[in-house]
Amino acid sequence: MKKSLAILAALATLALPMSAQAHRAWLAPSATVLSGTEAWVGFDAGMSNGVFIADHAAMNLAGLVIIAPDGSTLAPENLHRARYRSTFDVRLTQSGTYRVANVMGGVIVSYKQGGETKRWRGAEADMAANIPADATEVTATRSASRIETFVTLGAPSVAALAPTGEGMELVPVSHPNDLVSGEAATFKLLRDGEPATGLAVTIARGGSRYRDNPEEITVTTGADGAFTVTWPEPGMYWMNASVRGEASGDQLAYSAQYNGVVEVLP
Amino acid sequence: MRKLSLAFSVAALSAVAGPALAADLTVSVEIPRLTGASYHRPYVAVWIERADNTAVRTLAVWYQQTANQEGDGKDWLKDMRTWWRRGGRTLALPAEGISSATKAPGRHAFTVPGARLRDLPAGDYVMVVEAARELGGREAVRVPFRWGGANTARAAGSTELGAVSVTVTR
Repeated sequence: MKKSLAILAALATLALPMSAQAHRAWLAPSATVLSGTEAWVGFDAGMSNGVFIADHAAMNLAGLVIIAPDGSTLAPENLHRARYRSTFDVRLTQSGTYRVANVMGGVIVSYKQGGETKRWRGAEADMAANIPADATEVTATRSASRIETFVTLGAPSVAALAPTGEGMELVPVSHPNDLVSGEAATFKLLRDGEPATGLAVTIARGGSRYRDNPEEITVTTGADGAFTVTWPEPGMYWMNASVRGEASGDQLAYSAQYNGVVEVLP
Repeated sequence: MRKLSLAFSVAALSAVAGPALAADLTVSVEIPRLTGASYHRPYVAVWIERADNTAVRTLAVWYQQTANQEGDGKDWLKDMRTWWRRGGRTLALPAEGISSATKAPGRHAFTVPGARLRDLPAGDYVMVVEAARELGGREAVRVPFRWGGANTARAAGSTELGAVSVTVTR
């Protein structure tokens, strides 16, 4: 019992994608459309059933990457981990769009040694050195998780949104900081740089505490990885897609997850 | 007309006699089968209200009575918002004869023995059934019924609840 609890605790801190399956991981900005020569935006990051309702677990922000409009990376300010949410600020001094993402990746390996099930998580390159020679029933899964949002000072730009080619990513067709209630928006999902086709995308609007129906939307990506949503109401929206694949040939099994937050204005 | 007045007098008679005869009250609640990626059984509360929405008594609360790594099952009782405000928050749980585990989709009936309701004055009441589901919605169904004479009342939900009926014997 004690051991399984310890494993659970270790997974909770390390294996974000695994705990995110049970709870929704969200990175929510205090504002997305800003004017002036500079601005501050605050961010809340947590995991819970109700998106943006901080009542379950704070997010481990070890993979936080903030990309400025010119492609440079910024450091967060006032980083703090509270009980149910992590918070930080970003100071915007350049005009354009910023991509703020918590990106986690690596390999999760489970194996048996002397009748006991064990797990290891780390970089794929370190895997061989860390799995004992007498391990049996070794299953390795390459996992990638991206939890992100976007904010814009002045006019929107796209340089910071260039895909990295790793894990699941959102490529804008519509700009993520130019979304209006009643209008349709289109985005493309990529996995390792290739279109992620036939994936169900769950879209949930915040504020679920103040209505009886969750009012979630599910759309499916097409052959080019694109999906389109017509925003029914203004609000902060959470978009999620995940995919898993079995091992084949020399390719490990994989799991990739995307969680994005965009704001839709009236 | 004649028939109506007869019915009335019978009702009036049994209204007086009913509680004394310890009529039983049966509530049937249908939990609809919902499809979805992550279905969790709903929390359900059943309580009696007066016509002016003041709560009289909670008859049943179906909730997770244990703690797991997500937390204690009591943590989400507040999601049955109407019940929580109208009596849930002052009720000590678990309560004998009221608390029970969550139920699977299907029809669930329970009977409250008349002895437990003998201090309930005859009259018109509303049975309220409220369901709230993790990653789902919330719905309350109101069923007006009469205490003090045999009658059956029905209503139905549209999202989180199916058919609900209240049957008073005698």
